Amino acid sequence: MREVICIVCPKGCHLRIEETANGDYNVSGASCERGIEYGINEVTNPVRVLTSTVKVEGGSLVRCPVRTDGSIPKSKIFECMEEINNVTAKAPVTVGDVLIEDIAGTGIALIATRSVS
Amino acid sequence: MYDILIIGCGVSGASCAYMLSRYDLKIAVVDKSNDVANGTTKANSAIIHAGYDPAPETQMARLNVRGTELAKEIAENLDVPCINCGSLVLAFDEADLEHVRKLYERGCANGVPGLKILNAEELHEMEPEISAEAVGALHAPSSCIINPWEYCLAMAETAVVNGAELFLNREVTGIDYRDGRFVVETTDGTFEAKHVISATGVYSDKVRSLVETPTYKIVPTRGQYFLLDKDEGKRVSHTVFQCPNEKGKGVLVSPTVDGNLIVGPDANVGECEDTSTDKAGLDAIRAAARKSVPDINFRMNIKNFAGVRANSDHDDFVIERSGTFPGFIDIACVKSPGLTAAPAIAEQVVGMLAEDGLELKEKEQFINSRKRPRIEKSDAEMRKKLIEENPLYGRIICRCENVTEGEIVAALHAPIPPTTINGVKRRVGSGMGRCQGGFCTPKIHEIISRELGIDMLDICLEEPGSEILKYRSKNNKEG
Amino acid sequence: MENMQYDTIVIGGGPAGLAAARSAWENGLRSILIIERDRYLGGILNQCIHNGFGLHHFKEELTGPEYADRFISLVKETGIEVMTDTMVLDVTPEHDVYVSNSKGFEILHAKSVILAMGCRERTRDSVGIAGTRPAGVYTAGSAQLYMNILGYSVGKRVVVRGTGDIGLIMARRMKLEGAEVLACIGASDHPDGLARNVNQCLEDYDIPLLLRHTITEIRGKDRVEQVVAMQVDEHRNVIPGTEKVFDCDTLLLSIGLIPENELSKKAGIPLDDRTSGAVVYENNETMVPGVFACGNVLHVHDLVDFVTEESIRAGKSAAEYVLGGGKQGGEPLKIANGDNVKYTVPMMAHLDKLEKNLEIFFRVKKMFGENSRIVVTQGDRQVASFKRPYMASSKMEKIRIPVKLLADVSPEGGPLVVSAVEEGGGANA
Repeated sequence: MREVICIVCPKGCHLRIEETANGDYNVSGASCERGIEYGINEVTNPVRVLTSTVKVEGGSLVRCPVRTDGSIPKSKIFECMEEINNVTAKAPVTVGDVLIEDIAGTGIALIATRSVS
Repeated sequence: MYDILIIGCGVSGASCAYMLSRYDLKIAVVDKSNDVANGTTKANSAIIHAGYDPAPETQMARLNVRGTELAKEIAENLDVPCINCGSLVLAFDEADLEHVRKLYERGCANGVPGLKILNAEELHEMEPEISAEAVGALHAPSSCIINPWEYCLAMAETAVVNGAELFLNREVTGIDYRDGRFVVETTDGTFEAKHVISATGVYSDKVRSLVETPTYKIVPTRGQYFLLDKDEGKRVSHTVFQCPNEKGKGVLVSPTVDGNLIVGPDANVGECEDTSTDKAGLDAIRAAARKSVPDINFRMNIKNFAGVRANSDHDDFVIERSGTFPGFIDIACVKSPGLTAAPAIAEQVVGMLAEDGLELKEKEQFINSRKRPRIEKSDAEMRKKLIEENPLYGRIICRCENVTEGEIVAALHAPIPPTTINGVKRRVGSGMGRCQGGFCTPKIHEIISRELGIDMLDICLEEPGSEILKYRSKNNKEG
Repeated sequence: MENMQYDTIVIGGGPAGLAAARSAWENGLRSILIIERDRYLGGILNQCIHNGFGLHHFKEELTGPEYADRFISLVKETGIEVMTDTMVLDVTPEHDVYVSNSKGFEILHAKSVILAMGCRERTRDSVGIAGTRPAGVYTAGSAQLYMNILGYSVGKRVVVRGTGDIGLIMARRMKLEGAEVLACIGASDHPDGLARNVNQCLEDYDIPLLLRHTITEIRGKDRVEQVVAMQVDEHRNVIPGTEKVFDCDTLLLSIGLIPENELSKKAGIPLDDRTSGAVVYENNETMVPGVFACGNVLHVHDLVDFVTEESIRAGKSAAEYVLGGGKQGGEPLKIANGDNVKYTVPMMAHLDKLEKNLEIFFRVKKMFGENSRIVVTQGDRQVASFKRPYMASSKMEKIRIPVKLLADVSPEGGPLVVSAVEEGGGANA
């Protein structure tokens, strides 16, 4: 059995994740479906949304904030950071613009979270 | 070759430069720091003392009283914030009253104007927040509060405007006298001059050693302070001292020219470079201050700092010619009331140089004025006019002290431009308020970089080595 | 522009100001001005690039800039006027607003004013950290601005003092951008930030959490070289002989936020000692008629969603005030903090002005377990009770008391008291 604090929302539910005899997982303490999913992921394949910034050229700002458009495996965070650090966006950038289509082979896109004119 | 080389641009050196710059002389001022006023001048009680403390007939007494007169005149001419708020020395018992009477007599002998001994009733009417335990006080109406670094800067700037040359970032490493001239080695270049004035504060014995064995010993003494929020600034309207007793010299509580409340100092013999604060010392200051003004709310503290003063084994200031090379004049052992006495010391030094045969021919056009924009203190009409002339005067950068971009840019292009965050702060008051630069530091950082063409990574908080930033993010790592 | 009269002037274009302005518009006001000191709308959200915003309000997880962008769009589609790069210097009780920008200095007038200036960070001096004053000591917010907006890192070896959300998030951020984070240090026996941030910011990155410690000294002449941490007892007094020295070049401070009420004071608005914000009624009106307050200038929130909700109410109230000709409620009911509760917002309520619920924000003083309740009483009588497991001082709580439960409550009966109790012991509610 593993106890974790759910990170899905600020509520911070205390989750208890137990592996059942047939290899499934039983999550208690969650107050929503997403919490149950988080609990199972946390013991099988922990994932996170990664946020950072990328360099911008020719814009009103020199950095544009970004996030992964979905969760990526926790183990790939620093690999993703390498790619993020090497990409340069050209202004103008609009919220939601895809800056990397498939970051570190995760199948997840990196998107801008602020518009830069 | 220079006629005069002044080593050190604290308040003593700046006073000398200012006083000498009215004459037709070639003057150089060197300082080891990257800004003027960066030693004792920037961290002290900021008081222009009335002059009842020094023993009568001493040089210190004479220079103190004369310094007070000169300070008011210079502050007026050079646009330095200086408020003639008067001071009080509190007495809590008969022994203190005895001391107060002694100070009164000393003051009278020294020629301090308007001294009066107040009884408890008169005292509490004048200062309602003073402890009910106080039984009387000496009132000295001529005492002032001043902005010490602006005082120094204003004199240094005026000297520069009148032709003096300032060389920062140059520490003096050697002084020689040959072929009738001084050859002064620094960490960045050699200077030649007919006369040398050393005004090097806590380092004066070290500089004097480059010439000969000093006649005195400097005892660097660290004093710590609290600077409280403007909400506490009206606790007292005078500078409030205590009588020294066996427990110590007592601490002062005073308004500042910016409207804050300053409390301190203590006295810790230490090292020239040590401007750290310690909890035990601060706790003691807090307790001592409450003896004078019980309701001070120390939760409104916005900054603790410490300054090192040039105490020494001499009671009086040392202002003397070198025995080896008479053209070298040493200003040393300038402890309190050094800030007050500085321009009077400079007058005395000018007199000594005249005695030594230096020709003092007054310049035809000596500029004895200085003005800097102060938006926060301007009325609505003036503000509108200034913004119309320069839109940057409408953009507030420091939100606590309402300092505008126009004032910062003006400071960055003044006769002695700052290159650091703290240099800007001392000139315009940015970051002096409640948030202590939390919001405005990055903005000022960018303005310095833009105006002076210095890379963001190279801009310092204070001295070299105090760069604010370590590297650019995103694989562009430097520094 | 001189003598221009607005229905409402909103001071501050962060999340609170944006939501309040939009709400004032939706509730019928047509002449609305937002004044923002920065060049952009959005306030501090622009530098809070992490995710976790919007789960309550938008039912999806957004980053700070995205959350701001949503509200900026909502404002732009109305006729709300916006003045950026403009500082408000003064507000009077008569709703005169003195502004300065590069175009000039002028006095604007409004029928109502909404205060949404946000908060500032506490500094090393407000907690009395002794030692030297070198470069390398930053509030988490200024480090965040340097990092996320300007693209610089303030340090390579970092110690974070403070275990609030901003401290935890900046610890992760510095680590991701290549710095070493030696420890996150907090004085209480539990982290001050949300549990999920301890999990995803510290544990994910193996950043040590050092509780019951404080920083007592900073060393280094020009740049931070060391910081000294010492253990503290339950009264937060340092325990001699417990020094731990960290070799670092940077100290980040995340030691609390203070509502920025300089303008409120100028307007003569009474403030509350517990929150450092204005004393307000149930509709977010301050004790100066027609002046409303919302967001972090009123009390420090930990969720922007709650700021939004509160600001929507403030905007609506300002609209009602203007459209209703400044009608005031009857005798207000006082609301007080009871056992284990630090403060309440609002502090007073006009019962005759309530619609469906009386909504009260508050913080508890300690950690609560699974079986905990919030109890609302007047005198000896229990008015309402809410089951609320795992309350913590780091988390703002909110209750909604249905109006029907307040039927027998009147101002004469004394204050309405909000308490937190642990079942099977604890407070005497």
